[in-house]
Amino acid sequence: MAMLEVKDLHTSFFTTSGEVRAVGGISFNLDEGKVLGIVGESGSGKSVSAYSVMQILTHPGRITSGSIRFRGQELVGSSEETMRSIRGNKISIIFQDPMTCLNPTFTIGNQLIEAIRLHTNRNRREAKERAIEMLGLVGINEPKKRMKQYAYELSGGMRQRVMIAMALVCEPDILIADEPTTALDVTIQAQILELMSELQKKLGMAIIMITHDLGVIAGLCDEVIVMYGGKVAERGTAEQIFYNPKHEYTKGLMRSIPNIDNDEKERLVPIEGAPVDMLNLPKGCAFAPRCDKAMKVCLEQQPEEYWVAEDHLSACWMNVKEATVLDGPLTKEDIGKIGRDFQEKGEEKGHE
Amino acid sequence: MSEANNSKLPNVLEVKDLKQYFSVTTGFLKSTLLKAVDGVSFSIQEGETLGLVGESGCGKTTVGRSILRLYKPTSGEVYFKGIKIGDQASLDLLHKKAQLVFQDPYSSLNPRMTVGDIVAEPIDVHHLAANKKERNERINELLAMVGLSSEQATRYAHEFSGGQRQRIGIARALASKPEFIVCDEPVSALDVSIQAQVINMLEDLQHQLGLTYLFIAHDLSVVKHISNRIAVMYLGRMVELASSTELHHHPLHPYTISLLSAVPIPDPKKAHAAKRIMLEGDVPSPLKVPSGCSFRTRCPRATELCAQVTPEFREEAPGHFVACHHL
Amino acid sequence: MQNNEVFKNPLSLQLDPKLFEPATTQEKAQQVIMRDSVSFGRDALRRLLKNKIAVICMAVILLIALIAFLVPEFYPYSYTKQDVTAKNLLPFQYSQKEMAKIEKGEKLFPHIMGTDSLGRDYAIRVIYGTRISLLVGIVAAVIVVVIGIIYGSISGYFGGRVDMIMMRIVDIIYALPDVLIVILLSVVIKDVVSQSKNDLIVRLGAGMVSIFLVFGLLYWVSMARQVRGQILSIKEQEFVLYSQAIGASPARIIRKHMIPNCISVIIITAAMQIPSAIFTESFLSFLGLGVSIPMPSLGSLASEARSGLVSFPHLLVFPALSIFLIVLSFNLLGNGLRDAFDPKLRS
Repeated sequence: MAMLEVKDLHTSFFTTSGEVRAVGGISFNLDEGKVLGIVGESGSGKSVSAYSVMQILTHPGRITSGSIRFRGQELVGSSEETMRSIRGNKISIIFQDPMTCLNPTFTIGNQLIEAIRLHTNRNRREAKERAIEMLGLVGINEPKKRMKQYAYELSGGMRQRVMIAMALVCEPDILIADEPTTALDVTIQAQILELMSELQKKLGMAIIMITHDLGVIAGLCDEVIVMYGGKVAERGTAEQIFYNPKHEYTKGLMRSIPNIDNDEKERLVPIEGAPVDMLNLPKGCAFAPRCDKAMKVCLEQQPEEYWVAEDHLSACWMNVKEATVLDGPLTKEDIGKIGRDFQEKGEEKGHE
Repeated sequence: MSEANNSKLPNVLEVKDLKQYFSVTTGFLKSTLLKAVDGVSFSIQEGETLGLVGESGCGKTTVGRSILRLYKPTSGEVYFKGIKIGDQASLDLLHKKAQLVFQDPYSSLNPRMTVGDIVAEPIDVHHLAANKKERNERINELLAMVGLSSEQATRYAHEFSGGQRQRIGIARALASKPEFIVCDEPVSALDVSIQAQVINMLEDLQHQLGLTYLFIAHDLSVVKHISNRIAVMYLGRMVELASSTELHHHPLHPYTISLLSAVPIPDPKKAHAAKRIMLEGDVPSPLKVPSGCSFRTRCPRATELCAQVTPEFREEAPGHFVACHHL
Repeated sequence: MQNNEVFKNPLSLQLDPKLFEPATTQEKAQQVIMRDSVSFGRDALRRLLKNKIAVICMAVILLIALIAFLVPEFYPYSYTKQDVTAKNLLPFQYSQKEMAKIEKGEKLFPHIMGTDSLGRDYAIRVIYGTRISLLVGIVAAVIVVVIGIIYGSISGYFGGRVDMIMMRIVDIIYALPDVLIVILLSVVIKDVVSQSKNDLIVRLGAGMVSIFLVFGLLYWVSMARQVRGQILSIKEQEFVLYSQAIGASPARIIRKHMIPNCISVIIITAAMQIPSAIFTESFLSFLGLGVSIPMPSLGSLASEARSGLVSFPHLLVFPALSIFLIVLSFNLLGNGLRDAFDPKLRS
């Protein structure tokens, strides 16, 4: 059984302009010590999914249905007390802007010690030692001196390191990183990514890496989820997603990034249109209005997630088409052909 | 864009030893000199795109703004179309023929103005339309150029998505028929799938209208895609300047080398195989720029000499300039 | 990875093969709906009209204003006419002389609020007093808005030394004890103004003019501060930088970019200023420094009512009620406007 199992999770924000279905039914699993990347554009529901797992949604957002199981324990609908014992202890989160999480009126050391004492029964002196050790672990030089500094005295990269230290004080099983490097410069981003991958190997925790940058995902993640319009567009191993994408949106994304190693002045192939308006989600596939391969069915009906290879899911009608209508009219059997092999594989795995 | 190597083309812009200092209040009745730009020289040929890269606080945005006279430069000269910028006539020319596109598609458009009025701002300021009809025609023409419809002219900016807002910003920049545009991180705030739309549009417009760009960005892969030549800045100084392919394949300055190696590669195999050159520490505060070569505190090659002597920005290979003692 | 739990069986699909034909551009475009165009003002108005309290307050203010400005036109009594036979009548009471007339079959309009010690109809006096109060409130708001915007935007836009000096002046005015200065100023100004032969001043009365001058001199400071603060933050916005980069004049930038973006702050501050101006006027009139006799003001009416408070309490109740309604309505409306125009400030 996977450590974290998210099943058909729906999260909505009830705003004055109507219900915004930020997450419209996503499912995924996370195994021990794995790195899962969630990529998507702004408003794709990637951050909201993570906040739902932590249950730190701000008003007026709430989980409307679905299940989140952590080591078999159901988190949806559990008491605030249970959540508090999980947050920070078992699952930790770091954000894009560390300044919003660090209190400007306390020193770094104070806040670290506070966090340690909250989650463990160490006394103040032990907590201090642990705090210094943690700062050393995240690559902050002169940790003793830094303990006495305030957040605004540190640089952006340094603050993110402090945040990571704070998130790791209890050696959580899962670290959720919500765009941890977006606000940082490239050279600092490289440092932080390196640090995260080092710590992951050293401490063996699982990471959920949320980002809009495919480059960040590529070097770090075992498995990748591509989100669009609050739904999973595609899910698979990093190799599958990058080398053999099976969703038109993922393919479009890959085409639209300039390749730095390409010296020919090739024209980029953009995805036309504007990002989906979450207040007016289309009836069919959310990506259909921008998709150059869109079919009538795409506009009419939402595609389900189909197995296209082992461990590789895609919610795109093109998969159904490719598997069937190459010659002759479409029969019921033809549609069934898609993924039949994978169905068997999936069931076998389930019985293990 | 092969014109880049043709040295016969005239320079649209020439910047000579530009310095831009600000005095910053650092305490009660105390102020320090912030050397945002400290002696930068370059030129841009007609129809060329010069990319300007660097990390936050390196002064790249200030360079763009000083050229457009949003700040009065502390010293140095800027020549626009061969005319030295200084007196009123040259400023009028600059205001009309040099334009600016911003990074933030939210704060760059006035929320209380309709899209039509936003786009027409340069027309109104410079009185480029004889009457209302001509003004409206020009607005529609500009909106069509960036792929928006004329019905959208009566809407407000907040009703548009980030990519569309950036198009509005570009339409506004084109209104006074400019020859030179400073693009200050025009795609950094956009979603990946939208970035390519805007980059393609900028390239198309450059071909159609014969524009010259100064393209400021921190994303090296985008800059390399759009630029003929790339200049790298660090703490207010230019450390390297070369054609984009030359800079990518033969970077000389240690900072450029580490910057290139830090670019995240959207390809798992290459990303795992890549050897990253990690820079130690953070960028020093621009208020306390190290003596000599400003990069020496993070440089793997740094020696005594670097602390004492500021390296000269010299031509190492034809068209390839670099400021480093240890090549 | 264990994926079986999300497996969907494609065999359950019942699909028409025609659905797999490519969709046309039009079909795709239909899926994208652009929302209705909403301008900032209309959006704020919509929010304001949703606020029940604000709507009621607006109705109350409108009603009071209508009464104050229309009723005197056809009211049978005048605010100056004294009738010694009808002193100190209670509401709806008639004097003996009037009773005799009624008995003869004449129709007489009742004294809705009775009469005062000089036999003047009290209702019309309260209505006139209300009219003065509203006039003072509105004129004061206009003065405050005009001076405050000009001063605040100049200070904010030019910044640096100009801003420093202009804001120190504001600080000085802030530091002066309000009430004392107002009293001193109105005494001095009233003396000076009453010498004037200017037609307009004579018609308005020295008291009114002095009150307006006091507002003009003192009450714009908070508006100026608010506008300056707003301008300082707008100045950092890139659309202002853009305007500067294409060589637009400061006047154009202030007019086109800064003031339209200050509108919320201006409306909110002005709406809050009106009740405080009305209050100050009533207070000055109560002390006898306001409008000149025989023109009534709510404050002077209340002051006069003091002498017969025990026997004729209604003489105090009516003007007090009027002040109360006006000030409360304007205050609540001000809150409503703030919520409507600046949703971020809502608690």
